[in-house]
Amino acid sequence: MLLAIIANRIAMALLTLAGVAVVVFVLLRVVPGDPIAMMISPGAGPADIAALKAHYGLDAPLLTQFWIWITGVVTGDFGTSITLHLYVTEVLASRLPATVELAILALLVAVLLGGTIAVAGTLMRRTAGETVIDGLNSIMLAVPDFIWALALVLLFAVAIPVLPLSGRIDPELAEGFSTKFYLAESVLTGRFAVAGNIITHMAMPTVALALPLAAVIVRLLKQSLKEAMVQDYVLLARIKGFRELHLVLQEALRNAVGPTLALTGVQFTFLIGGTVIVERIFSYPGIGNLAIDAVINRDFPLIQGLVLLFGLIFILINIGVDFAVATLNPRLRHA
Amino acid sequence: MEHWSPTSTTATADTSPQQPSVAVRLARDPKVVFAGGFILLLIVVAIAAPLVAPQDPLAQNLLMATVPPVGFADAEPGFLLGTDGLGRDVLSRVIFGTRISLTVAFVAAGLACLIGSLLGLLAGYLGNLVDTMISRLVDIWMAFPPVLLSILLVAILGTGLHSVIAAIVVIDWTRFCRVVRTETRGQAQMDYVVAARTIGFSRPAILFREILPNVVPVLIALLTLEMGIAVVVEAILSFVGLSVSSDTPTWGGMIAEGRQIVHEAWWVLAVPLAALFATVVAFNQLGDGLARSLDPVLRR
Repeated sequence: MLLAIIANRIAMALLTLAGVAVVVFVLLRVVPGDPIAMMISPGAGPADIAALKAHYGLDAPLLTQFWIWITGVVTGDFGTSITLHLYVTEVLASRLPATVELAILALLVAVLLGGTIAVAGTLMRRTAGETVIDGLNSIMLAVPDFIWALALVLLFAVAIPVLPLSGRIDPELAEGFSTKFYLAESVLTGRFAVAGNIITHMAMPTVALALPLAAVIVRLLKQSLKEAMVQDYVLLARIKGFRELHLVLQEALRNAVGPTLALTGVQFTFLIGGTVIVERIFSYPGIGNLAIDAVINRDFPLIQGLVLLFGLIFILINIGVDFAVATLNPRLRHA
Repeated sequence: MEHWSPTSTTATADTSPQQPSVAVRLARDPKVVFAGGFILLLIVVAIAAPLVAPQDPLAQNLLMATVPPVGFADAEPGFLLGTDGLGRDVLSRVIFGTRISLTVAFVAAGLACLIGSLLGLLAGYLGNLVDTMISRLVDIWMAFPPVLLSILLVAILGTGLHSVIAAIVVIDWTRFCRVVRTETRGQAQMDYVVAARTIGFSRPAILFREILPNVVPVLIALLTLEMGIAVVVEAILSFVGLSVSSDTPTWGGMIAEGRQIVHEAWWVLAVPLAALFATVVAFNQLGDGLARSLDPVLRR
């Protein structure tokens, strides 16, 4: 049963990805504005332009271009970036790890922060403390990562200049890595000074991405916890003499966490979308920052590769969330 | 059966006489009053910008570059919130920036609401093939990261206010479509719709005269939230340099300039950021308040 659901989800995912591929391809080509115009020097004549177009295959009919691109994609060849003169797959592979580390770190911070505040709010229910938490959280729910990022710049790079404003790592430390997963690699190889340097660079973008997600987690988890706290099994545990913190963490949380888990998965895709602008603000060398450059330069092959990559990540996360929710909740397993 | 009772044959069935009217409920909600008041103030400031602004927002004065706000050392009277890297008055530029932000908020969110709601109503009421097609389209649409898609669209359409509005509409109609579709499907099962169909009302009549009024409360709250989103998207596109040309003051454009010179003149970033923050929070609180006061289910 579960397998059938997953197979169905994967089929739908492939259909969606195919749709994404068609939409982005057509969007890029039906409207005026082509990458050649961005490349040529002012003195170039029509012959030069035609030669360049032929070189990048932009002179072929639309359907032919699509066929060449899509057959390439299926075999893992996304073409060559027009501005970087590198294989799109190479560019993506070198930039993706930075974004993956940033997104996962932000997810962890969001879950820890949101979970802690939700539990604290549940312990303080019907007190002034809860009112304060609810009030602050309703504002936090409204503020997007873009505003957090810039507010953090003002706070920790200007007012109290303790954090570096841009980049992923101090340039002189960036040597000697065998993978592009700098943070994971430096931690695993025991180079904690380097890891610390990376963390200081990642702190602001991570927190900016984590805060909106944390706010969503607080609202839903706190609501679920409050509902769970009045259930009979909590009452029973309270009669047995367990302390309030034990009741929240051991009894209520286990039963209340399901909806939050599902929502966190969906919201994680928004967090990844947010890396685009947050990476830009902090000059962080991930795929989000790359995407803005690719779009501004109209680097068609790179844009297509990036959009498919983003689409694939989103779909994988959604499938993963469905799977996790189904596995953790026995009632849904047979639904 | 519900349609036999005298009060429940119309769309206003849920307003029982004991409850205060919608206007009274709205006026009593502090979120609606304060946030709505702030938005009204912004609208007035935007319309009266040339009268309110102390300086010409475009007038450069390199001798007066990066003057700090009043109250800090080296401040100049006449530049209440300081000047930017070209000596332009920050306060006047933020005041004129409200014009672009609010234009985008109202026009883009309004159009997204119109298109999304229409498609949502159709999908939710007609069902079957129409529903499948529209829902699949929404799924494909939502597989794009919105920020990336908006930048992509504006890069394709060319920079400018029209492109920014078009990009927001093209991306965010899905929000309205999904909610309205779900609401419409729920409403379409209700007794009053069944009753209307039995009496022999035409499909458009049922859709627009019976179902739509019941979806409107949700829609108004969603529209207000969308306005907050539109303001941020415009600021992001201005920040990346893809919104209106650089000689029109925008909050996002100012934020981008401020980010470049943040170590020399933090106020060039802080002032428009504070304006953006307050506006976004106000739209959100207003949306929350409206949802609470207008929605018959949430009210209980």
